[in-house]
Amino acid sequence: MSPTTTSATPPVLETRDLHCTFQVRQGMFKPKKPLHAVNGISLKVHKGEVLGLVGESGCGKSTFARILLGLQKATAGDVRIDGHATTDFTRKQISRRIQPIFQDPYSSLNPRKTIGTIITLPLSVHGVGDPSSWRGTVEKMMDLCGLPKRVYDSFPNQLSGGQRQRVAIARALVMRPEVVICDEPTSALDVSVQSQILNLLQDLRAELGLTYVLISHNLAVVEHMATSVAVMYLGRIVEQTDTDTLFRAPKHPYTEALLASVLTPEPGKGVPDAQLGATFPNPINPPPGCTFHTRCPKVMDVCRQIAPREITIDGSTVECHLHDRQLNAA
Amino acid sequence: MAAITVPVAEDIIGPTPGQRLRKRILGHRGVMIGSVILGIIILMAVLAPLIAPYDPYEQTLTNRLVPPVWADAGSWTHPLGTDGLGRDYLSRLMYGAQISLFIGFATALISGVIGTIMGVAAGYFGGRVDLVVTFLITCRLSMPVILVSLAVVALVGSSLTVVVTVLGVLLWDRYAVVMRSATMQVRSLDYVAAASAAGCSTWRILVSEILPNVMNPLIVVATLEVAHAVLLEAALSFLGLGVQPPLPSWGLMISEGKDYLLFDAWLITIPGICLFALLLAINLLGDGVRDVTAPENRS
Repeated sequence: MSPTTTSATPPVLETRDLHCTFQVRQGMFKPKKPLHAVNGISLKVHKGEVLGLVGESGCGKSTFARILLGLQKATAGDVRIDGHATTDFTRKQISRRIQPIFQDPYSSLNPRKTIGTIITLPLSVHGVGDPSSWRGTVEKMMDLCGLPKRVYDSFPNQLSGGQRQRVAIARALVMRPEVVICDEPTSALDVSVQSQILNLLQDLRAELGLTYVLISHNLAVVEHMATSVAVMYLGRIVEQTDTDTLFRAPKHPYTEALLASVLTPEPGKGVPDAQLGATFPNPINPPPGCTFHTRCPKVMDVCRQIAPREITIDGSTVECHLHDRQLNAA
Repeated sequence: MAAITVPVAEDIIGPTPGQRLRKRILGHRGVMIGSVILGIIILMAVLAPLIAPYDPYEQTLTNRLVPPVWADAGSWTHPLGTDGLGRDYLSRLMYGAQISLFIGFATALISGVIGTIMGVAAGYFGGRVDLVVTFLITCRLSMPVILVSLAVVALVGSSLTVVVTVLGVLLWDRYAVVMRSATMQVRSLDYVAAASAAGCSTWRILVSEILPNVMNPLIVVATLEVAHAVLLEAALSFLGLGVQPPLPSWGLMISEGKDYLLFDAWLITIPGICLFALLLAINLLGDGVRDVTAPENRS
């Protein structure tokens, strides 16, 4: 399952130096300023992998997901599916291969439609097979996702949050996509239901040979599900490696801080201090040099001036001056 | 005891959506009252040629200003009396319902189509489209409806079609404003993104994801606009620039009755009460339909 074993075939999903910049108006008469929501992301996801994408709110995770889904145009760089750039594809063609599962099952299902209609929608949009077979396909998929047949004619508001999320999963998988982008698939659910949904996602991955991009800020979920993890900070991937290495030996100070911030069930330990001090910087005015230097506990002089480059050590990539041997040798 | 069968989950099938909808309608007092009143008025309008006791245009000058049946001098020959030209008031009221309802619904339909298209386009596409629509709404809001329609009617001449067209083209502003904000709200929801990610065309997203979900405010605005149009028609007719005599619209009847206000007040009271009942019924129905069809009341 490690990324190196499958590197012979082209990655099922790849981004190359992906940028997405928004022009943000600051006030009526002030000029617009660029906001780099995604600032040069290069990632590879191989078939069968689960890539965990973690980072704080506002670091660009969801924008990245929207670009992968073709809902948002990248301003530079491209997304490749099986080695083909998606800029050559229409949204409809992308949708056959990549499907989303959204965070909030209360807003991801059209309240005016029955469950059956919702799950059938992708089939009817793509005109798969003949319409009389749709019901069978949909019911099979509902069964696979643990939904009873009787909810076929129900409306979303008659279902519980967990069931709704199952509907959203069934809708995403009914076209048998290769990649599923899960944008915080469990964070809107009750804790008791979260594990059910995660296990369902695991089972479906094995059964249907899916590849996941799992966006989450719940590190426990990522540790449980992901085969490799990318840590995102202010639109950039600051560390990427396989899950074991990341949780055992984090390299980037930001990753260390993230891991340190996880709450333990032990009472009396209090809220962990991640040593991050200052708040998340304004992405419209990112700090010069390394964007993390304002909060980094191990900040050096060079961090304030020069942005770190991507360094590969022991199969993981890190963007941090601490690990730049050339720089440290100089 | 072994004969007791436990129902399998598959067997427990709730009432169908249609049955549930019917149950909710019957349980809603506003809808019931509103639809009964509106139903009576519509029946009256549709069946006017069959049930009206007299020709609404036939004048009998010997029979002028006969009071209605509840007055001392009234009789059942003319249940609601006759007007200043000796025309049977009940018959005129029935034919007048046709015209008032036609103007109300036709105007609401025309302005509804214009306003919904503009509002949904502005809300969904945003950017330049939104700028243009917002500008048009502002322009429209800066024009007083009565004055503009008076001017147009004075220029073109007044007829039923002119009144409907002018009002239809003038009353779309509320639709556009409401649809714009409702669409903006719905557009940002995940199910629109999901439909988009499923490969739906923009047109399909608008028709099957956005429109059904902005239906509630649309219905409420539409009913308000029907009532608004009926009232405006009455006002225009009252000013002599709406429906032209001898056509019997309710507004025109009020206008014709104003000369007799002091001595034969029923000439104004009767169409006035009808107008009031119609508007009340439409508004009750609109509110009720919103309540009944709202997804949050479906459980």
